[in-house]
Amino acid sequence: MTNIAQRLPETHGLLRPKAIAVYGSALGLAAFWSAIPPFTVRSPVVPLLIGILAVAAGLWAVSRGARRVGWGAVASGILGIGLGILATRSSSANLDTVFTAALIAQVLVFATPLTFGALGGMVSERSGVVNVGLEGMMLMGAFWGVYGADRGGSWVVGILAALAAGGLFALIHAYWSIHLRADQIVSGMAINFLALGVTGYFFEQLYGNKNIPSGVSTIPNVAIPGIDHMRFVGPAIGDLNLLIWVGIIFVPLSYFILFKTPIGLRVRACGEHPRAADTVGINVYAVRYSAVVVSGMLAALGGAFLSIGFGGGSFTENMTEGRGFIALAAMIFGNWRPFGAWGAALLFGFSTALAFRLPVYSSSAATLFQALPYVLTLIAVAGVIGRSTPPKADGQPYAKQ
Amino acid sequence: MSSRVEPTANVPPEQEPSPDFAVRLGAAQRAGGLVVPILTAVLAFLAGGIVVAATGHNPLTAYKGIWDGAGFNWLFHIPWDINTYTNLSAYNLSQTLLTMTTLVLTGLAVAFPFRCGLFNIGGQGQYLVGLVVANWIGVDFASWQTLPHVLLAIGAAAFAGAAWAGIAGFLKATTGAHEVISTIMLNWIAIWGAQYLFGQGGPLQTATNVGAPESAQVAQSAHIPVFWGGANLQGLDYGFFVAIAALVVFWLILNRTTLGYEVRAVGFNPEAAAYGGINVRKKYIQAMAISGAFAGLAGALDMLGKLFQYGVLDVQASQIGFLGIAVALLGRNTAVGTGVAAFLFGGLLYGTTRGLDPNVFDPSLAGNLTSMIEGLVVLFVGADIFILYLWNARRKVRRRNPPDAKPVTT
Repeated sequence: MTNIAQRLPETHGLLRPKAIAVYGSALGLAAFWSAIPPFTVRSPVVPLLIGILAVAAGLWAVSRGARRVGWGAVASGILGIGLGILATRSSSANLDTVFTAALIAQVLVFATPLTFGALGGMVSERSGVVNVGLEGMMLMGAFWGVYGADRGGSWVVGILAALAAGGLFALIHAYWSIHLRADQIVSGMAINFLALGVTGYFFEQLYGNKNIPSGVSTIPNVAIPGIDHMRFVGPAIGDLNLLIWVGIIFVPLSYFILFKTPIGLRVRACGEHPRAADTVGINVYAVRYSAVVVSGMLAALGGAFLSIGFGGGSFTENMTEGRGFIALAAMIFGNWRPFGAWGAALLFGFSTALAFRLPVYSSSAATLFQALPYVLTLIAVAGVIGRSTPPKADGQPYAKQ
Repeated sequence: MSSRVEPTANVPPEQEPSPDFAVRLGAAQRAGGLVVPILTAVLAFLAGGIVVAATGHNPLTAYKGIWDGAGFNWLFHIPWDINTYTNLSAYNLSQTLLTMTTLVLTGLAVAFPFRCGLFNIGGQGQYLVGLVVANWIGVDFASWQTLPHVLLAIGAAAFAGAAWAGIAGFLKATTGAHEVISTIMLNWIAIWGAQYLFGQGGPLQTATNVGAPESAQVAQSAHIPVFWGGANLQGLDYGFFVAIAALVVFWLILNRTTLGYEVRAVGFNPEAAAYGGINVRKKYIQAMAISGAFAGLAGALDMLGKLFQYGVLDVQASQIGFLGIAVALLGRNTAVGTGVAAFLFGGLLYGTTRGLDPNVFDPSLAGNLTSMIEGLVVLFVGADIFILYLWNARRKVRRRNPPDAKPVTT
């Protein structure tokens, strides 16, 4: 670490390594952009050139200490080259079906459950409790959300049911991790299995081979007056589901609470050094309990979005299909920080949205594309792109004395 | 609850043999005690039964249906007749043992790194990697003899599983990346990778039916021979003995080799092990690789023994690698325990799905009951303090109201 610090050159302002890396990332994007509408360059040389510039800028920045952003620029450049060349080789008509304003809306749709899950995981882990049970809590939210909306007659009841179900499972995880001091990963995996069984069992029991009746009250869309009829912006963000906006608002909100308020300071203290937190009078158990329950509720909101938001009032067994784990990955990739987690959720949402549209070119490549979030996260934990560092006391039970 | 745990050294025991029951039981448990696993299983089945009863079904009929569906009733048809294959219970039992074969190996894949202090959640991914490689080798080399063909496929699958898990071990050893996170990621990479390989336009997709997202059929020469039941009825194949042999190998490596000693030393205390001259990083890689070999073997035996073909939908539905976690935890990461737990879960898994008579209990409910029991088992095993608390409470109640009929034995 020290030799990196020593190698840092004394440059400032617009030529700092970090700034160069940001330019590189932008260039990588430009490499791709040059080949799609409205520019639609038809020669592969252009994206190749711009992309190489991006990679070069990234490498320069990496060698001068700005590792995280630098490697980001390298990745962006390589991706820009690959996608750009792919785009130049296909007809413009195809491209219009893949890259539209609706893509932005779709990215936001796919990113929303991940955002909720990642924020939830972050709250829990910042307080020192590892939560690999996000998937299960999300699944609980999805099923009991649609059940509540169906029986209660309103999506508000559905949301409340989802919050209660996710909170309940989170409470089990909290009791196991905090009071019983069980292995938090074992307990989290147990939550996942249990949620799979409970939701599947009750889905079969309550709905049998009938489906959830159509016309279940669902979370409404928000049409923003003035924007919803604009060109491009309208179809992109003019008419989005309410929960998408809630998710977006939760990002700065959780940043503010975690990093700018005494409550957040307490949560982080419990995650970094519970003994010290206890010494200054913070009730570590209470903080951790609340953090884990909030985490379960956030994950459940993500699940409710799947069933009664974007899903339009439906449920299938194992509906979350690993989204809880992608959320976990997004949280790690975002280095346990709200905006980082959100950025990762958007990136992963983008890769999923793209995977849904890529079959125009090749369906097998589209499938492979779905693995991208996991590969990126694996690289991130391995420390190739700036190491992800969890809170110090993450996963360690705390025993009062 | 656990605040009752007090040091006993300077307090002379008065009327009780030892006031510190939890510590005593804890020691007995580490020595291979049976109380926690048995109580765990009983509690999990009880809780599952309560859910079944609460939703208006008779739990006793349900569990009897699962018992018969698993073929356990065959065991009570004494004298056992291994040649009877016409009756349903014998068939069900053979299927339970077939499921057990897989679970023993996915269980060992979790148990072995556990003894080294590592939690391998990646059994599912390693299993899929083994399955894919076994399918690839099994489809090719169709002109070979059965024995070399099967051995090549199994060996390659085990090696591939070892390499896949080895990535997590390598990352743990070199960069300190937490193995839980990296194995979760490797799982999903394997799941999507397998869907790519078997899917539409994938390299391993069947050539005979271009529209179907599934693999080609394994060549006849790579089918593992069946020793109980008919080969066309998915009888029990010799892979079962491979799984039993793996249990023995697991025990031998852990208890009779230097590697096993070092792995256990690292599992107890990595710092002390390092101080004692053990290369901890190397043990991490080795433990993960051996674990992955077990899981890859499970995939190979499944592919060459009963599946012969796999599709994208199968990849999405498969949970058997995850079930290995419950098997290993219930078996307390020992060879015998893993074998017994695999038998139990094998019966549960088969007895709640294909083996279950739909007139007795709805298999779509029962299949989910398995997931629930699996979750409860993992939950309770994760909290032996909770189990000990219940055990203690039971004992306290007994002490408060001393039974008149039976005096407390001292």
